[in-house]
Amino acid sequence: MKFDTIIIGGGLSGLVAGNYLVRHGQRCVIISSGQSALHFSSGSLDLLNFLPDGTAVSHPSTSVAQLVAQAPAHPYAKLGVVKFNELTAKAERLMEEWGIQLEGSALKNHYRVTPMGTLKPTWLTLKEYAVAESENSLPWKKVAIFNVAGFLDFYTQFVVDEFRKWGTECESHLIHLPALENLRKNPSEMRSVNIARLFDQTENLDLLALDLQREAGDVEVILLPAVLGITQTGTLKYLCQKTGKEIRVLPTLPPSVPGIRTQQRLRKCFQDQGGVYMLGDTVLRAEKEQDRVVRLYSYNHGDIPFVAENVILASGSYFSQGLVAAPDRVYEPIFDLDVDFVAHRNQWYDLNVFARQPYHGFGVKTTADFRGLYRGQMLKNVYVAGALLEGFNPIKEGCGGGVSVLTALYVAEQILSK
Amino acid sequence: MNLQQHNVSDNNFEQCIKCTVCTVYCPVAAVNPDYPGPKQAGPDGERLRLKKFDFYDESLKYCINCKRCEVACPSNVRIGDIIQAARIKFSRKKPTLRDFVLANTDLVGTLSTPLAPIVNTTLGLKPVKTVLDGVMKIDHRRVFPKYAFGTFESWYKKQLSKQLSFSKQVSYFHGCYVNYNYPQLGKDLVRVMNALGVGVRLLDKEKCCGVALISNGFIKQAQKQARVNVDSIRKSVIEKNIPVIATSSTCTFTIRDEYPHLLGIENEDVRNGVELATRYIYRLLSQSEIALKFRKDKKLRVAYHTPCHMEKLGWAYYSIELLKLIPNVELVVLDSQCCGIAGTYGFKKENYQTSQRIGEALFKQIEEAQVDCVVTDCETCKWQIEMSTSKHCEHPISILAQMLDMDS
Repeated sequence: MKFDTIIIGGGLSGLVAGNYLVRHGQRCVIISSGQSALHFSSGSLDLLNFLPDGTAVSHPSTSVAQLVAQAPAHPYAKLGVVKFNELTAKAERLMEEWGIQLEGSALKNHYRVTPMGTLKPTWLTLKEYAVAESENSLPWKKVAIFNVAGFLDFYTQFVVDEFRKWGTECESHLIHLPALENLRKNPSEMRSVNIARLFDQTENLDLLALDLQREAGDVEVILLPAVLGITQTGTLKYLCQKTGKEIRVLPTLPPSVPGIRTQQRLRKCFQDQGGVYMLGDTVLRAEKEQDRVVRLYSYNHGDIPFVAENVILASGSYFSQGLVAAPDRVYEPIFDLDVDFVAHRNQWYDLNVFARQPYHGFGVKTTADFRGLYRGQMLKNVYVAGALLEGFNPIKEGCGGGVSVLTALYVAEQILSK
Repeated sequence: MNLQQHNVSDNNFEQCIKCTVCTVYCPVAAVNPDYPGPKQAGPDGERLRLKKFDFYDESLKYCINCKRCEVACPSNVRIGDIIQAARIKFSRKKPTLRDFVLANTDLVGTLSTPLAPIVNTTLGLKPVKTVLDGVMKIDHRRVFPKYAFGTFESWYKKQLSKQLSFSKQVSYFHGCYVNYNYPQLGKDLVRVMNALGVGVRLLDKEKCCGVALISNGFIKQAQKQARVNVDSIRKSVIEKNIPVIATSSTCTFTIRDEYPHLLGIENEDVRNGVELATRYIYRLLSQSEIALKFRKDKKLRVAYHTPCHMEKLGWAYYSIELLKLIPNVELVVLDSQCCGIAGTYGFKKENYQTSQRIGEALFKQIEEAQVDCVVTDCETCKWQIEMSTSKHCEHPISILAQMLDMDS
């Protein structure tokens, strides 16, 4: 199976790289070992919320210079200030082109509402979500929050309590619909996705609209859990028109309906341009000739190899087994690329779960242009992008989404410039 | 001893992190709230069943064994296998006469083919359907696949000497469908393979792969038939060094993966010697100078449907690439989603509605695709698509055969 570029990993990073490459005429395959972490997305992509020394960041495009000085192995430091700013602008434009409707800018962070009702800085947020421009106030004086009766992955009371602290008047309501009662027969399946499937049917959406109109009163905005639009697009817009109210969603616990829709949209966009997406397959081994990988073999395809000029490794972190933590080491399972980690296991973690966890910062070592290293030697055609990279802490720095998107674009550009 | 290195099960059960992605992609959970979904029915329920068998829940019977949960799982947990293994081990529900008739495709086929015209007419009659529905609980809305008047094997006997004259050979696992219902597909395969310079022989002994026996709870019989098949496959692959190819994605998947995972029949030594015809042809064309010549006088616009077990095998790529090779075939690739029939599942009265609701999105996409026909590698998907849409459905090998230029 011959391609220009093989991308290992079908999540945010792999899809961004894949879409960029097929748009520029490359023949690409994405091999994905199961579905990606986009299924747990908050609906936002973080770029840079804190510097490694803990200083809060409000303007990522200017603060990135300080990050470069503090953490030279950070993926953003490898990109450099100029490239960082060029790629953030490019990403904002491309996502729009690929049909992902986002708001926000790298010039200034805005604030997303967490499932607990608190505010957190972020870069880009899907347009349907409720967001704030300031970290200590909401844009509304009076809101109504609705939850689906029996839905356990969304906690209105937490949100109400937090919103009242900001001085926003806030009431919570429950939605009861006959179709939802049917779903409640099975509490383990009372999940965001199954609820979203019901609301994809116009007759249920019309009933919901009536409920919202009757209960909401004179609020500025109605807030719903993100359970709209899994197989359909435009569900929220329809609901707004039907009720004549402004309606925004808040994140639920996983699975994330908007995250799944984003994944499916990016995948479709990739496939529509000729990209091949292979789901549920695992790359088992690579054959090298000198400093290049020439063939990859997977579980499903056995003796028939994948052959390509370039390989992008975007296999994610521990969750998707792009990195594997064994009792005595952290390793990258496909190429056995060099991984940066501390030798003693008891130094991998801090017993205080809220403290900076060293293992979050472990990752694959690369050259300055993100090519993987094998026993200290560069593999010339293996590029590494996204969560498995070394040198950053996605939780403490709030930069996971940005690292995934920017490094993917960067390596795709490198491949095209060859 | 380092415990972390010794906690690995055969089905990766302990790797489940309860992320619920499997349930997102379960076609049954999407339409039937009586099914607890793959996470609950699989790894979650397994934790309880390991403690005590009476935690087994009969609602696991709603699982259609499509394996889409496994394809979606980010942690490589064999969720479908966990559910099917639990059914085999713990279900106390005895199969009915209806289940016996549906599961024994070999036996029923042998009885029906000599009387095909009569059987086909009879099964199409409304009173017969009413009786089958009332007494047997086989849904009256279901259209039955037609039986052929004469089997593929009997046709093949006359081809034997010609086939043996080719220096390169494959053994063909034709399956029940080709033998009893649609010998034309087998004839098409012989035609295409011959055009590639490859002779087609049959296995010494071929039994139904057993997929319907497994899903209907006839495990001992399935194991017996599996042993016969694996023995014949060994004779071909190991003794004669002749690979085995099949045209049914489900037969192929069952022989390769369900035999060891669900029936405990070891096949490690021959597993790689069994594959789909489209994959065999893809490899042959990419590793040799052989090329197929196609007709220029005929044009087709087709839509490819990925059957669930094809999705699990990951091999839709080969069928799609072969179709793309044909210059006058315009191809639309449909979204990979379950058609709902799941073998004998959709024939059962209690499942009919679920079956049709699962397939709804696919049927809609097919009608909108404006194609001459649908192409797929699975016979039961074909029945479902032909019954539920206005399109007829062909195997990729039949499309290749129709488009071959045999004169040049």
